[in-house]
Amino acid sequence: MGLFILRRFGVMLLTALCLTFVVFFLTNLYPNLEKLAKTQGNQRMSDEQVETWLENRGYLQPTLVKYGQWLGVLPGFSKTLDDGTFLGTCTRPGSTEETTPRYCGVLQGDWGYSTVFKDEVGKIVGTRLGNTGYLMFWVLVLMVPSALLVGVLAGMREGSALDRSLSTFSIITTATPEYVSGVIFIAIFTSSTVGLKWFKGTATSAMDNPTFENFFLPVLTISLYGMGYIARMTRASMTEVMTAQYIRTARLKGVSFGNIVMKHALRNALIAPFTVIMLQFPWLLNGVVIVETLFNYKGFGWALVQAAGNNDIQLLLAISVVSVFVVLFTQLISDIGYVYLNPRIRIS
Amino acid sequence: MEPLSWTGSIAILNPILMIALAALIVSIVIWIIGSIVLPETPVSVNIDGTISAGNGLRGLTQKALRYSFIACVVLALAYIVLGILMGTSAGIIGAISQQFLPVWLSLIILFAMSIAFKRRLGLYGKLFDSPIGMIGFGLVMFWVFTGIFGALDLIVTHDPLVQVSGMKNKVPGTPLPSPEEGEYAWYLLGGDNLARDVFSRMVKGAWIVVQIAPLATMFAFMVGITLGLPAGYYGGRLDTFLSFLANLILAFPVILLFYLLVTPEIVATGVPNYMAAVLFIFPILFIGVLLNSRYYTRPNFRTPLLIGVLGLALWLYLSLISTGGYVINTDDYSIWGLPTFLDLFDIPGGILVVFVSVVFVNSPTVFRIVRGLALDIKTRDYVAAAQTRGEGPWYIMLWEILPNARGPLIVDFCLRIGYTTILLGTLGFFGLGLPPESPDWGSTINEGRKLLSIYLHPALPPAFALLSLVLGLNLLADGLREESLKD
Repeated sequence: MGLFILRRFGVMLLTALCLTFVVFFLTNLYPNLEKLAKTQGNQRMSDEQVETWLENRGYLQPTLVKYGQWLGVLPGFSKTLDDGTFLGTCTRPGSTEETTPRYCGVLQGDWGYSTVFKDEVGKIVGTRLGNTGYLMFWVLVLMVPSALLVGVLAGMREGSALDRSLSTFSIITTATPEYVSGVIFIAIFTSSTVGLKWFKGTATSAMDNPTFENFFLPVLTISLYGMGYIARMTRASMTEVMTAQYIRTARLKGVSFGNIVMKHALRNALIAPFTVIMLQFPWLLNGVVIVETLFNYKGFGWALVQAAGNNDIQLLLAISVVSVFVVLFTQLISDIGYVYLNPRIRIS
Repeated sequence: MEPLSWTGSIAILNPILMIALAALIVSIVIWIIGSIVLPETPVSVNIDGTISAGNGLRGLTQKALRYSFIACVVLALAYIVLGILMGTSAGIIGAISQQFLPVWLSLIILFAMSIAFKRRLGLYGKLFDSPIGMIGFGLVMFWVFTGIFGALDLIVTHDPLVQVSGMKNKVPGTPLPSPEEGEYAWYLLGGDNLARDVFSRMVKGAWIVVQIAPLATMFAFMVGITLGLPAGYYGGRLDTFLSFLANLILAFPVILLFYLLVTPEIVATGVPNYMAAVLFIFPILFIGVLLNSRYYTRPNFRTPLLIGVLGLALWLYLSLISTGGYVINTDDYSIWGLPTFLDLFDIPGGILVVFVSVVFVNSPTVFRIVRGLALDIKTRDYVAAAQTRGEGPWYIMLWEILPNARGPLIVDFCLRIGYTTILLGTLGFFGLGLPPESPDWGSTINEGRKLLSIYLHPALPPAFALLSLVLGLNLLADGLREESLKD
């Protein structure tokens, strides 16, 4: 088991390295750098000026060298211009040649400097992740129990009226992407045309002061899309368990239906959904980006959109590292948890 | 011109519909509660030994549900039929159902033919045994026909890109201020914030989805099958490597990938063209190997067949990837492609990049499914029999394993078209790829959401259109799964 986890961590590191290199390569293509130079410097720079601007800041070195600098295995780029200004990948506003460290990469714990937000990337990602973590927490609190409940109730008696209506419900939720359900919810519950005005259409104020009124709609929007899928998986697993031999035996020896469901079926039926819930995280990440844009909630997904829209290379890299680790880590947990929950499987 | 109301002169039907809907909701609730609370239907044994089930209270709830459902369907049909006959005098509903007349006709013909010959049509025919599958198929075909006829300018009332002054953000049914001769006199679903017709944009948006989504899914399947079959069949190093690549792509958050790939800057570097050149070669490989493995014992037949098919495929491939005589045409360098006079069609860079990235995102999942199926099926006896016969590995993969994996693959194909539709909407929602004035549903939702608290009508029609299409595909997949399991 220890070896298995170790190997998985190795694969995880390798994946993260490959992915960050892909992101690095794509963001460092010349047209992207040109856009960066024009947004950071001056919109009306000539081609030569763009080139000097990039040259002076070390953007025109070979991609592998720049990647090494970002990782922290190569010394950072620095250059003193003719007029005495000191520039480099490791400099921050206000720092001089003496106070600038020689290496500044991920290995040194320095995630770089965001060109959009004019701040340390580590700090930005920290605060934004905090906001999103809060959102995700409530999403999970709402989504997981209701999805399991819907799935178990539907799978309890296959083909019954309850099953058919709950299954229809879960198919409808899986067919409604966040940007559709969010728009419909905003239209129904917040607009002045319908006039219900139960909730607020934006969640901007929820970052400081989350209330039911401004926070429920984003949470509901994300949960609904993920819920249908988990519920369907739970239902499938539950129906399979309910046709098993030991359930029939329990039934024949006269155990009441409630007891069968609660004591015999439920625990076995919840193994599969556990994996599904863990594997839902990549999708939840997508949902977070859409919902945060839709409701203007300044979290991780919002930062991703801002960084990608402005080609903020270092912020984008940090964001992709975080999201890749979330995805791979949940996969690892799902594998390990599956082994613990299901004694029939052992990883040799 | 008078502004149109929603139902016009058939408004007498409204209270009846309300009653029927209320009855339907109440009977659904009673049906659900009844299935838990009420006792099972009583079963009595007859003298001759047969069993007959009585109706009981449960039967009553079911009957109530059935009749209220039929009443709702009949009323909905009445709206449509009266609308077709009366046109604009039946309000917006009437006008819209009249505009959709070609779609209704095609749907009726398609369903009549399919149901009449369903026993001879294999799995497709069996679909018409399952009500869920039929509803799903109906929804999907509704949008497919809407897309096709919309592209032929049969349904649309106005040009989706033309702005009419004075129609900015007008509510549904507003008449044009000064309609010209022969111009449709109303904006049926209102105007958006640039004074364009919401109804026509929604119809035109269907064509974009109907064009791209199935084709992109098909390409993703070709890539996934061509790589997934050998990975599952051979296993070993090849499998490890390909699975690692697939997991690498899957670990990427889709939206980050879109933001990195689908930008004008990336299009300028030619990266999508390289990806297109690589991804689109897989269908050719697939077809080539498929035919060669089947007919290599008959070289006289095989060689002309392969030359013909592959020649055609290569021609299509080259005209797909080359634009204006070049495969890649950036400022710094260019690679020559097919000369312009041989080039069948040009795909604008924006569409190509959308297409490529959707295929790129979908193919690893297909790869994983195919690999899993191949791993399972390669242990079967018929595979062992083929190996004993001395068949080649590609023959076994493509002619023994693949046909036996078709059930799950067809179901996943339907689901994946739905997922691709959602992805296309996501791209539009973030304003990536397609031009900003394009009428696709995602972009329209994105534009409409900005004024959502005041004007609902620009955002809701495309939202419901997308919802119903994806729902239809999901239901269709469910119906297909049900029917293919019955075999």
